[in-house]
Amino acid sequence: MSESALHPVETQLLEVSIGPQHPSTHGVFRMNVVLDGETIVKLKPVMGYLHRNHEQLAENMSYLGSMPYTDRLDYICSMTNNFAYALAVEKLSGIDVPERAQYIRVLMAELTRLVNHTLLVGFLLNDLGAFFTPVLYAFREREKILDLFEAVAGSRMMCNYFRFGGVKADLPAGAMDKVKEIVNNYPRFLDEFERLLTGNEILRSRCQNVGILSKELAVNASITGPMLRAAGVNYDIRKVEKYGIYDRFEFKVPLGKVGDVYDRYYVRILEMRETIKILHQILKQMPEKGEIISAKGAAAAKSPRMWKPPAGDAYGRIEAPKGELGFYLVSDGSPKPYRYHVRPPSFINLTILEDMCLGRKVADAIIILGSVDIVLGEVDR
Amino acid sequence: MESSDPIFVVIKKGSLHFLHGFLPEWTVVLVSILLSITAIAIFGPVTMMYLTWLERKVVGRMQNRWGPNRVGIFGLLQPIADGIKMLTKEDIVPRNADKVTHFLAPVMVVIPALLVFSVIPFGRGMAAVNLNVGLLFFLAISTLTTIAIFMGSWGSRNKFSLLGGMRAVAQMVSYEIPMVMSVVPVILATGTLSTVAIVEAQLGGKWFIFTPWGFFAAIVFFLCGVAEVNRTPFDLPEGESEIIAGFHTEYSGMKFALFYMAEFMSAFAISGLTVTLFLGGWGGPVLPSWAWFLLKTYALIFIMIWFRGTLPRFRVDQLMGFAWKLLLPFTLLNIFVAALWQILPAPKNLLVSGIAEAVILMIVFFAARKDSPTKRTYIFAD
Amino acid sequence: MFGFGVLKGMSVTLWYFILSYINPKKGITTVQYPEQKKEVQERFRNFPFLVYENTPDNMRCVACDICAKECPPKCIYIIPEKDEQGRIQKKPAVFDIDFAICMNCGICEEVCPFDAIFMDHDYELSEYDRLSDLMYQRDDLLKPLEHFAKIRPTDCAVIEDKRAAKGVKGRAQTPPPAAAPLSAGPAQPPAT
Repeated sequence: MSESALHPVETQLLEVSIGPQHPSTHGVFRMNVVLDGETIVKLKPVMGYLHRNHEQLAENMSYLGSMPYTDRLDYICSMTNNFAYALAVEKLSGIDVPERAQYIRVLMAELTRLVNHTLLVGFLLNDLGAFFTPVLYAFREREKILDLFEAVAGSRMMCNYFRFGGVKADLPAGAMDKVKEIVNNYPRFLDEFERLLTGNEILRSRCQNVGILSKELAVNASITGPMLRAAGVNYDIRKVEKYGIYDRFEFKVPLGKVGDVYDRYYVRILEMRETIKILHQILKQMPEKGEIISAKGAAAAKSPRMWKPPAGDAYGRIEAPKGELGFYLVSDGSPKPYRYHVRPPSFINLTILEDMCLGRKVADAIIILGSVDIVLGEVDR
Repeated sequence: MESSDPIFVVIKKGSLHFLHGFLPEWTVVLVSILLSITAIAIFGPVTMMYLTWLERKVVGRMQNRWGPNRVGIFGLLQPIADGIKMLTKEDIVPRNADKVTHFLAPVMVVIPALLVFSVIPFGRGMAAVNLNVGLLFFLAISTLTTIAIFMGSWGSRNKFSLLGGMRAVAQMVSYEIPMVMSVVPVILATGTLSTVAIVEAQLGGKWFIFTPWGFFAAIVFFLCGVAEVNRTPFDLPEGESEIIAGFHTEYSGMKFALFYMAEFMSAFAISGLTVTLFLGGWGGPVLPSWAWFLLKTYALIFIMIWFRGTLPRFRVDQLMGFAWKLLLPFTLLNIFVAALWQILPAPKNLLVSGIAEAVILMIVFFAARKDSPTKRTYIFAD
Repeated sequence: MFGFGVLKGMSVTLWYFILSYINPKKGITTVQYPEQKKEVQERFRNFPFLVYENTPDNMRCVACDICAKECPPKCIYIIPEKDEQGRIQKKPAVFDIDFAICMNCGICEEVCPFDAIFMDHDYELSEYDRLSDLMYQRDDLLKPLEHFAKIRPTDCAVIEDKRAAKGVKGRAQTPPPAAAPLSAGPAQPPAT
């Protein structure tokens, strides 16, 4: 008699495509989400809208000719992309790098780390709804570093600055003063940013305990970069492999405990402070004069289409601001690579998106995606 | 300065007197009503247009940039350019949409926004209608926007709009209650629901915000008002455009302009009502009364714009938790404090009220201590 | 305590609001383009241009085709000039760069052995038609050496010093070699 009164309410699952045209920047990325009311039941990321065939293009071009294309992989941090590729080719062909060039390389890489983390923090807050104010404050600081890149390399974002065996050109006059100015002003900007945001209750309640990533899952899914360190795993390629001259600098690696969005955001701010420490040490230790490209490297740069590395393969990797960026090159002794593969950190970090988002609301999915820090140029290559 | 205070009243009375000379009695009443309506109908949209200008300029300056300054000097003609743009846009109606609801929704949103202007006293003797239940009228009419927003989201026949609309309804309904409850102490203190009488009870510097219950009631009322108007940090229904484009997705051109207009006019109306209830209305020393009213209202609007430039937005469940778990018990406590204040024999000046406020704040924070987020520590490894 | 984080954050934006009125130079960081333009740095590379010494006929380019071969997106197209007998001259008749394809990498400038092509600073090059208006021909690309010295003084000084030290003379001072094949190395003045 009372069965009809206790008939369960029938619900339907809503399938929604948070489509490629995202108001929340990050590029053309699509998530097919299945919702039960507001809760996410299934999430499938769909990528490939920005595929530009980078790896195939490189197989038809000389080694130096694909250096400008590596700028466009992670288009925000072009210097570190160049660095990883140059490392891979130097490993392949045994070119060494002179002293001053090493310092310039690390200087550019660390400035790029500052650029990237600043931009990420700004855009994460934009995803949360703070109407562009943190973005514009972050961009104000980023402009100074980009102006320095323009003075040194010729272009603000697509720098094409690194060469095999060194860098393309020496730092112009006045560049070191600009670096000093940037490094001195940055802590004040970071303090101001923290005052604006870190203590903000709304931010805290939205970001804490959202999108938790456990240590085991992170390691099993080969997550790298600040996401891994926020989950609590101590793995920083600058400390593990000590490429370049990173073993001469004293810096610590901040680790998070919980692995949620707030930890990822805060670990990046702490990493920025560590980067400033490294920059101070570079300013002190850098030699005044020196070669900027080794003899073998200059030979490679003089006539790129006729330079032949020895046959073999090499994998060069660095701690890019987003994770581990690696280039795997197979050479058969000809001027064009036989196989050229990029290990993009954003793509591999995205595989774990579904596990982090299950059971959360739609609004959380957006900020979890923001905290993974993807750039579509890298995801789709 | 004193002589310019009743200027609008004088204009109206003068024109009515002039018409009285050659028109029958009943038309003069009609003309008087029409004059008030015209004044509000001009003031409302013009205010809204220049509020958009003000918002863009202020938010721009907070973000280290100028704000619009190309169209006319200081960008003052920008709202007109925006208006022309919105008028000339194509009016798109989705094919399967419920045409009647879809059409009526923007109209129904604007009507309450305009209607509530009639009970706000803009100056001495300048309330369009001196209703003796003015406050009740305001609160009742402003709830009509809820149904209009739901009509808008339902009529669009779009999954996203529906979701956004449902959130909007949930938000607006749950913030009505603290809003009304926070107004109860004012009624307690003055014994009347008429907005004109409430302002007159605060003349001479005895603004209600200087009393402990008034201070907290003003803050709660203002926050609930911001939530009612769907502005940041409570702008889930309209601003959650990262995920769901809100209840006004499927509206373009003039209909969207009407939604926009309703939002800004409601913002002005809520600020105006806060000023009336807690900040002394049009009272003030030197300037004319309507100048004081506008000054105070725009100060509150500046605070709303300031919120928009700084704060991220709440998530839906946190929003509801804020209303039901924090604001509502607080308003109940506030009524109790207001009743005590009325019968207390102590002198009712600023010092006493300051002490009382501090005591109440400490009690509240002590009670909510375990809810506040804990500080996190981070390890630094080598 | 609850609420104070929000107030602290709001104080930062209020401070910037006030700063934009009392000290606009520090408070406002935007530039009113096109009335005010930001100066580009010296090494800024936008699109290439060809250098000539005194008259446009004296261009340094000898149509060796190295830049066209090295260009990563292959946007340079060169056809060398031929004289009446059909012998190849050391001058390009056709030197087309498609600016719609060029990605401003600067590799052409780096590999040119004759210091003939450099990267320019001009960025206001918008056109309405992508296919025809953005294809720059040889005569559009020629600019005097003084232009190069003006936009990039330090680089120009270094390059000119190196050329003077090596004894490389410009085209005006060397008679065109009679039947020099194209695949030879850099142009050397005929031994006198």
